[in-house]
Amino acid sequence: MDRDSVKLSKNLLRMKFMQRGLDEETKKQLEEEEKRIISDEHWYLDVPELKSTESQIIEVDSFVPCEDLIYGRMSFRGFSPDVEKLMKMNGKGEEEEKKEEEEESRMKTDVTDEEMALRYESLVESMKKKFVRKRERSSLDDTNRKRVFVKPQD
Amino acid sequence: MDSALRERVGQVLLPGDEFCCDTDGVISLSDTVRPEKVLCGPGLRRSGDRLLVCKSGVLRHKEPNVFWIDSQQWRYVPVKGETVIGVVAAKSGDVFKVDFGGSEQASLTYLSFEGATKRNRPNVQVGDLVFAQFIVANKDMEPELTCMDSSGRANGMGVFGGGGLLFRVSLGLVRRLLSPGSELRSDLEKLLPCELVVGMNGRVWTRAADVQKTLVLANLLQSCDTMSCSQRRQLFSRVRQGAL
Repeated sequence: MDRDSVKLSKNLLRMKFMQRGLDEETKKQLEEEEKRIISDEHWYLDVPELKSTESQIIEVDSFVPCEDLIYGRMSFRGFSPDVEKLMKMNGKGEEEEKKEEEEESRMKTDVTDEEMALRYESLVESMKKKFVRKRERSSLDDTNRKRVFVKPQD
Repeated sequence: MDSALRERVGQVLLPGDEFCCDTDGVISLSDTVRPEKVLCGPGLRRSGDRLLVCKSGVLRHKEPNVFWIDSQQWRYVPVKGETVIGVVAAKSGDVFKVDFGGSEQASLTYLSFEGATKRNRPNVQVGDLVFAQFIVANKDMEPELTCMDSSGRANGMGVFGGGGLLFRVSLGLVRRLLSPGSELRSDLEKLLPCELVVGMNGRVWTRAADVQKTLVLANLLQSCDTMSCSQRRQLFSRVRQGAL
């Protein structure tokens, strides 16, 4: 019983090379202790949970988007051609966008359903031709009679 | 909130006025539509769920949901994205210090000009006028300017001036000059051939055919600040007949 009286320290037992010789119970005990230490040292902020409500208000700092202000360089009656070109370009961009939008909305009603149906009707025919075999194609074709040379009348 | 704001459109509001969110804790079961978002422009400030007025002026509204305060002021506070006229105040290494009339000078690096490279520096002297755009502007940092747009083109920005006159007008007049379909602008166009550079900071630069006409134009624009529309028309027509 002399051996039992010699106790190894906990820190020593925790070392990796000591783990092999340990019995189940001490192993469990050590693990538990370790867990307790970790959970004790784990800290958290004692604050109420953040309210993450989405705000209905969006702030804009500038007058430019509010009042749709134009670009600050201008020239009148051809005084400075460069600036006038720039003005036209900037102004045109907006106008063109508007025009394009208009066109698009017009385009939507441009092709009527009937027109589309007619177009697809002819398409069906030509697509069918594409998928038949060569031999069958001739049978398809013989609806229109074989062309012969017709002597022109003079 | 939206309806409360709409009610006051066109009225004078003062700093301290506030609008509260009308979500009074009652959730209606039938109405599942979420409340509209509100875009609040200059003069309105968000504070939690409330909307505070921080400038005195008239409440304006643009469809669908933009609100702002139309106020008269002379003090310019830089805002990101706005274009201003600045005066180069100092040249220190890679950056120019530009005075734009705000509380602090803005910095402008020599690389933010069109076509500028490390070897090919732009020719900018102290005292030059630059038309530039803010890329950094907030209350905690030094404002920063650039003379290029997002695609790297000058697009009218950069050093300008020579033979013109720079003067200061109120920020309200600047907005009147730049608003789309502005009457003031069309009146000017009828008056004489000229060139204008208008910065959002209240600085305006003009140039006309000669010095006299430039001065007349500058004086006219400065007096526009305190004139009604009819007074301005009268004055402009007199100038057209007599002085020019």
